[in-house]
Amino acid sequence: MSQSVAALFAPGFFDSTTVHTALIVGTVVAIVAGTVGVFTVMRGQSFAGEALGDIGTTGGSGAFLIGVGPLWGFVAISIVAASAMELIGIQRPRGRDLATGIVLGAALGLAALLLYFDATYTNTTGATVTILFGSMFAIPGSTVPVIVLLSVIVLAMVSALYRPLLLGSVSPELAAARGIPVRPVGALYLLALAIAVALAAMTIGTILSTALLVGPAAAALRLTRRPATAILTAISIGIGATWLGVVLAYDSYDWSSAHHHWPVSFFVVTLVFLAYLLAGVPRLWRARRERG
Amino acid sequence: MINAWTEATIVAVVAGVVGFFTVLRGSAFVAHAVPNGAFAGAAGASLIGVNTIIGLGVFSLFGALGIGVLGRRGRHDVVTALALVFMLGLGALFVTMSIEYAPEIYSLLFGEVLGISSTELAPTAALAVVCIAAVLVLYRPLMLSSVLAEAGEARGVSAFRMELCFLAVVALATTMTVPVVGTLLIFSLMIGAPAAARSFTDRPGPAIALSVTIALAIVWVAIALSYTTNYPVGFFVGTMSALCYALGRGWAAWRRRRSTRRGAPTAQIAAPGA
Repeated sequence: MSQSVAALFAPGFFDSTTVHTALIVGTVVAIVAGTVGVFTVMRGQSFAGEALGDIGTTGGSGAFLIGVGPLWGFVAISIVAASAMELIGIQRPRGRDLATGIVLGAALGLAALLLYFDATYTNTTGATVTILFGSMFAIPGSTVPVIVLLSVIVLAMVSALYRPLLLGSVSPELAAARGIPVRPVGALYLLALAIAVALAAMTIGTILSTALLVGPAAAALRLTRRPATAILTAISIGIGATWLGVVLAYDSYDWSSAHHHWPVSFFVVTLVFLAYLLAGVPRLWRARRERG
Repeated sequence: MINAWTEATIVAVVAGVVGFFTVLRGSAFVAHAVPNGAFAGAAGASLIGVNTIIGLGVFSLFGALGIGVLGRRGRHDVVTALALVFMLGLGALFVTMSIEYAPEIYSLLFGEVLGISSTELAPTAALAVVCIAAVLVLYRPLMLSSVLAEAGEARGVSAFRMELCFLAVVALATTMTVPVVGTLLIFSLMIGAPAAARSFTDRPGPAIALSVTIALAIVWVAIALSYTTNYPVGFFVGTMSALCYALGRGWAAWRRRRSTRRGAPTAQIAAPGA
């Protein structure tokens, strides 16, 4: 037993503070992303989540330029972008993808410019990779309280909105008939989504943040139809993928002779994708048994 | 410089045509996901030392078809998102494996049209011809299936098969355009120009022509500005696409207000850009 444990965890794993920070942040973010993600998948707003993540690049590169922590850039730009999408008309199902796309295109254009400035004025081409692909091992311990605080805010928003949001996600018409203000609830939810995506971007990078948001939730919704169960399942899958990702990335140092860590983000994304594919197996199996 | 103009013109024509169908079908997400995921292909190709175009082509084609096939079972947007991030995850891995790569990543993601050499023109032009030819051949069934999927099915046009064909065309367009405007910005050209065009006219023929014209204008002005200011082309493409869309929406709103004031029938007013 102890031998297999030693084989799984490379020496120094439990003593490293960067690993501690990565695990704490990963867990907190997985909880938030799993909760918000279930609603994102139910509402069919994966594109909005993905776009808000990508747009985080703009905020991250801007923050880098003026010398503040990337998290502030992520949060600020996500909120601005979410408001723009809401104004253009993300609430109509037909125009939704277009509204998202236009905002995304404009923001990415701006990101191109800011990253160019980063490279020109600060002489660090590495900014592009760090912002886009993130690294859990590079999170400074001092941002942990902020991340926890933002997570609590998001979770509080979602629990306050839980019932109207759920009804509005499943059937907007029914929700409107019951007197639920569908549009304000949707707008508040978009705000929560924006912050959740910014947190996910902090751990696995802006363009991969969707994986934590959508992946676990989609897998969970393949396994169960009950929202509360789905949220818990999504959180478990998210935490599992993050932890295993951190362990594998830490171990990967010894895998090749070149001796550098494979990115944590790669492992997390791959594990999440696998979880989604595996979650489809029970249904396939059931269908085959019924058929024959 | 001449190379940049030629290349960008080809790209704009293809983006305008393919983009029209993207907007019509509401497939903005796929149009974003395929080029973005193809980035991994480019990174992988440079890692093992083959031509970037091959990496881009393989990844965008497999990515697009994967989305099409998996999307049949699960929720389409979820599958798109997951396929995208999985490919990007691979991209992240390839990027870390090859060390001195940061400036190249930037140019893959955000484009570097001014650095195009004349040897790169031929493959782009060939792919563009294939792409446009495919759209011409598929024009009627694709149009029918995009607008009225049920009517298409009744006439024997399989919506699933059309979806796969369309995704393949997007993959082709991606392969040729990524080296020019980058994985992140081809998308804004493919959405912004056609969406703006559709605010001005509802008829498909003129809308496609207008969409190509707007895309051309955006790209030409972007290159000129980028050349004089030295700022990245992507910035100008992204900003101007959004600006064109805003103008289109403004025009549509203005026309609607004028026609309601005159008491004209409001039947033809479909939601602009929807």
